[in-house]
Amino acid sequence: MSGAKPRTLFDKIWDAHVVERLPDGTCILYIDRHLVHEVTSPQAFEGLRAAGRAVRRPEATIAVVDHNVPTSDRRAGISEEESRIQVETLEKNVAEFGVPYFPLLDERQGIVHVIGPEQGIILPGMTVVCGDSHTSTHGALGALAFGIGTSEVEHVLATQTLLQQPAQNMLIEVSGRLPPGTTAKDLILAIIGCIGTAGGTGHVIEYAGEAVRELDMAGRMTVCNMSIEAGARAGLIAPDETTFTWIAGRPYAPRGENFARACTYWRSLASDPGAPFDKVVRLNASEIAPMVTWGTSPETVAPITGAVPDPKAEPDGAKRAQLSRMLAYMGLAPGQKLAEVAIDVVFIGSCTNGRIEDIRAAAAIAKGRRVAANVRALVVPGSGLVKKQAEAEGLDRVLLDAGFEWREPGCSMCLGMNPDKLAPGQRSASTSNRNFEGRQGPGGRTHLVSPAMAAAAAITGRLADVREFL
Amino acid sequence: MEKFTTLTAIAAPLPLANVDTDKIIPARFLKTIRRSGLGVHLFDTLRYDVEGRERADFVLNREPYRRAQILIAHENFGCGSSREHAPWALLDFGIRAVIAPDFADIFYNNCFKNGILPIRLPRAVIDTLIGDASQGDNARLTIDLARQVVVRPNGEEIYFDINPFRKHSLLNGLDDIGQTLRHEARITSFEEARRAAQPWLPAIAPV
Ligand code: SF4
Repeated sequence: MSGAKPRTLFDKIWDAHVVERLPDGTCILYIDRHLVHEVTSPQAFEGLRAAGRAVRRPEATIAVVDHNVPTSDRRAGISEEESRIQVETLEKNVAEFGVPYFPLLDERQGIVHVIGPEQGIILPGMTVVCGDSHTSTHGALGALAFGIGTSEVEHVLATQTLLQQPAQNMLIEVSGRLPPGTTAKDLILAIIGCIGTAGGTGHVIEYAGEAVRELDMAGRMTVCNMSIEAGARAGLIAPDETTFTWIAGRPYAPRGENFARACTYWRSLASDPGAPFDKVVRLNASEIAPMVTWGTSPETVAPITGAVPDPKAEPDGAKRAQLSRMLAYMGLAPGQKLAEVAIDVVFIGSCTNGRIEDIRAAAAIAKGRRVAANVRALVVPGSGLVKKQAEAEGLDRVLLDAGFEWREPGCSMCLGMNPDKLAPGQRSASTSNRNFEGRQGPGGRTHLVSPAMAAAAAITGRLADVREFL
Repeated sequence: MEKFTTLTAIAAPLPLANVDTDKIIPARFLKTIRRSGLGVHLFDTLRYDVEGRERADFVLNREPYRRAQILIAHENFGCGSSREHAPWALLDFGIRAVIAPDFADIFYNNCFKNGILPIRLPRAVIDTLIGDASQGDNARLTIDLARQVVVRPNGEEIYFDINPFRKHSLLNGLDDIGQTLRHEARITSFEEARRAAQPWLPAIAPV
């Protein structure tokens, strides 16, 4: 296509899915995959029912329960009434509308953003939506994936499309290599610290550069997962051999001749040389240290060797007041060393860091050590299959012997909609993605870290530098 | 969806940046299967103490702001989760418009689906409007969507930008699904072409 304008990965996926461009520029965008969970879907199905509409393509949809489910033994069902009603409502809806579903006791059940890629349901070049902001996770496969609200869930169920305005393109290029002890989580926390929680607003971020190419698929998912914490509509990584190898053989992935044809197409998706980006940010991975958040916004992040900042140094009055409020909420003093902050709870899991690689990383630190007295440490696999794999590798034993709890898959303490919550004032080191006030339970205080850093915190009973354990 | 044409109402100042959706409505209130009834939990942790008593210093607990229908806030309003419970809670409380320097994308979209008008204005203008909104009973603003203006208590008009498609839907209370389904034939032909070009796209079999 000589003479054609060079396009980005985002442009290519977008262009391939525009059904109709309305006069004002709004596009009807075709959606290939729709993931559904119990919290953001009941009102959407209710809307369909009220309007007498069907689900247009049930076979492009997959439903699962994850947000509300208990992570202790569930054979007796869900005791908490409202959670049970939400789960039962989903089960009723998927039966009525013919939507494929992984029930609670199915080993494929798990966090919606873990099970989609795991099953080969999400493939490069697709458009993927879910009534959940962390849908951005799937960008790791080179799919344009973004979170939507419940009205849009209903819109996709009814029409298999969405009304969308095109996003702008942002490139984050990370050169160099991540030093020992630092992971994809530290990389994305450093990026958010650099561009801020609104740094990506209106943009789709493409992550590129040596450090990104070197990441395994789990790491790429961690990075894309937290794109939303940088305000971006989606994150994307160009599909490459790492992606194709990872997809091959998954239950819903194409096979044989179809797989080969798909790979040829997927290779053509990478951004063209010279494709224009509206914003470009460059970082060097070799300068990144293990990171930890200290405030109640993911951008309030520092290397573990750092200290809590002093609000007095902030010139803007409104920001100064907000900073003081954060430190009061977090129970931290200006100048306090982060590595001296004692913790009560460790949570390893979530769609950010609940995959097998994350559990391996935590187990590697936990092996032969003990969780500190007074610390409760939970490990919650991202799916039933992750749990099974970890058990096959003996990681559950390593973690249990060290004093961690080994639980059933789900969102769990990432947002505390099930019984796994922080008590008011409790402080956690958590591998999830949000440290908002009350996110893990009313009054709870969250420090976001990588799985290895979380394991190190569990063992020392404080925020700790994982490099001391290597 | 209820139409939005003009609104003259009390505006409440909420001069905070990064008001996330967990702050607008915490996760523990998302267990509902309905859209209504969330207003009492709006801004739960800011609005109530641990015993569930109203915090006297929170703006929506004071007169006349208990009757506010417009909210004015700082940067990045509505960041965080995609929960439409956030606009549902605002609407159930009575809020029909939010004015801020910028909004998180998903929240911004969600507002339009529920007849809430999010208005982006520069920070300096926001500071002026927060000044207006701090005048108690005189904190009344008028929003005229057709003319795309916010009218200050002193009569000064401030123009705001809005996408024409969204403006049209809001002014007429139109449902997006109905509008999209008018293009159903196009969707069907798109699907057929796509299936032919990318036969590897698998169906998810019902379980
Ligand atoms: S693990 Fe947390 S962030 Fe991920 S989908 Fe569940 S609640 Fe949302």
